[in-house]
Amino acid sequence: MKRPDPRLLPTLASLGVLLLLFGLGCLRFPDLLSPRVILNLFGDNSCLGVAAIGATFVILSGGIDLSVGAVVAFTGILVASLLGHGVPPLAAFALALLVGTLFGTLMGWLIQTFELPAFLVTLGGMFLARGLAFIIHPQSIAIEHAFYADTLPGFSLHIGSTTNAAGRAIPLLLPFTAVCLGAATLIGTLLARSTAFGRDIYAIGSSESSARLMGVPVARTKILVYGLAGFMSAFAGLVDTFYKQSGNPASFVGLELEAIAAAVIGGTLLRGGVGYIPGTLVGVLILGLIQTLVTFQGNLSSWWTKIAIGGLLFVFILLQQVLSKRKA
Amino acid sequence: MSPTDFILWPVLAALLFFTRKQALMKPLLALTLLLLYNRFCSPGFFDLEIKEGHLYGRLIDILNQGAKVMLLALGMSLVIATGGVDLSVGAIMAVAGAVLAQGVAARGWSPATAITAALGVSALLGLWNGLLVAFLRIQPIVATLILMVAGRGLAMLITDGQIINFENPSLVFLGNGYFLGLPFTLTLVLVMLGLTAFLTRRTALGLFLEATGDNETACRYAGLPARNVKFLTYVFAAFCAGLAGLIATSNIKSADANNIGLYLELDAILAVVVGGAALTGGRFHLLAAMVGALFIQTLTTTLYAANVSADIAPVPKALVIIAVCLLQSPVLRPKLAKLLAKKERPA
Repeated sequence: MKRPDPRLLPTLASLGVLLLLFGLGCLRFPDLLSPRVILNLFGDNSCLGVAAIGATFVILSGGIDLSVGAVVAFTGILVASLLGHGVPPLAAFALALLVGTLFGTLMGWLIQTFELPAFLVTLGGMFLARGLAFIIHPQSIAIEHAFYADTLPGFSLHIGSTTNAAGRAIPLLLPFTAVCLGAATLIGTLLARSTAFGRDIYAIGSSESSARLMGVPVARTKILVYGLAGFMSAFAGLVDTFYKQSGNPASFVGLELEAIAAAVIGGTLLRGGVGYIPGTLVGVLILGLIQTLVTFQGNLSSWWTKIAIGGLLFVFILLQQVLSKRKA
Repeated sequence: MSPTDFILWPVLAALLFFTRKQALMKPLLALTLLLLYNRFCSPGFFDLEIKEGHLYGRLIDILNQGAKVMLLALGMSLVIATGGVDLSVGAIMAVAGAVLAQGVAARGWSPATAITAALGVSALLGLWNGLLVAFLRIQPIVATLILMVAGRGLAMLITDGQIINFENPSLVFLGNGYFLGLPFTLTLVLVMLGLTAFLTRRTALGLFLEATGDNETACRYAGLPARNVKFLTYVFAAFCAGLAGLIATSNIKSADANNIGLYLELDAILAVVVGGAALTGGRFHLLAAMVGALFIQTLTTTLYAANVSADIAPVPKALVIIAVCLLQSPVLRPKLAKLLAKKERPA
């Protein structure tokens, strides 16, 4: 039998953790197995998921993006404010995505052209986006647009039906936010595995100087990666407005850390060059499942979520360390 | 003109003129410019008054509020000198505050016991960071990210998710008291600064630190205990964070695990970078980092004085980060130097 690629091991391990967590959860809370809970697991974590996929690309290229949470909040409040001023939804979405992409590209340009540390530049980006979000509107804005109220629910995927306690059939809907997450994962995976751009990212993450010698357009690719991450953050902001029907400039403080954590738990090496986009989805689902389990348990407080995520991070980082040492 | 003018500006000018350290020059210049701006644009910024033998005023506030970032920047300087970074100091502050408040308010410990316990726990957390970075060879950003995420959870676990208030006079003194007419926190910073400066500049430790940051492999071949040095810097950074946490907790007389030290790790890193250290390691300058910390605190106070809301304050801060980065850019720096040299030649 062919042995699996050792680089796949962390991702497989996290898949195992996800199934194990889910199995144990089902033993304790039989309700967890209901299709609705599983569907919501995807729907509730779609914003984090989309943002984490963007962050994964940056990490794969050997960089880091700390501006994710602030850009998501900025996009949310931008869209909510634009819709409030009567801008048609599609134009608002397009503008938000454009702004996010440009923001990311600008950070990438600074990092690449002036050889600045990504850590500091994206930290500046984080402060800037957060402040700008508050300049647009200092409080949360509820979105009351016909598009959100009438059109969006129609985008939910009908994937079957179940019967409730009274024996009446109720449709099972995959929320539109989950559809967005699925699309992002699919397109992200294709982009990473099957395009020259994706291969360039892996090459740069493994060794930038080798990539340059091989003729990989390093500068262009690195700038584009940050642009892509900005686009994904903006898209995550859109997804969040679909989910919450509001925009809030104070939201998503620390989302970037959750996104990085999801990528690491999903098997992406923070050194760059190794990782899988579907792995990040698994990482996001693990984080979401922990949250759900803590909620189901009822008497556990939310801080256990943080401790559990920290613990998992530790285990996976250690696992990566052991694997990369064995290879060396 | 006020008496403050007669003391402050000559001192700054003398410092700028007589400092032979290039590293100290730039942050000092930035701080002076910012203060000059306030001299003309923020009325009342330099007003000082003496009440009950204590000095009060915005400048004193800057020193008092800046103490936390200065303490963090001390530890962070050493960590960055070895080529690392510590993201967990903000969370460690929260843990230290939680231990202090819980110990005094709920367990009935004496202040000395509570302070010792808080600093001990902080150092233990630093031990953990150091272990991961120095001996398990995990990248510093990743290794300290673990505590950054889990640390606040830990702090809430200690306080049981509550905000714990305390009234113990000795503990309140720590963050709000006065010593020799100046805030006590300043004394604390000076003692720590003196201790650190002595240990790093009067012993070989400083050389070890910079060597480790420059080239760890070469260091180990030369027989330097590179790993132990790295390990110690994280313990020291966490200890400084613990002290800063005690001050922050004492300031508000309560332990708020969610908010104490939030984003302060970024301020500390920024202070060190404004102080001229490269994130790649290899050099550090404690005084410059202190001036960097004061610069950041002055910036914050300036914004408040100009009635900029706390929510929008990050925007100018972001511009400062980008400007500082650009000034230190390996690409832009030679060009800037050339530009300046050209201007001087015709004269």
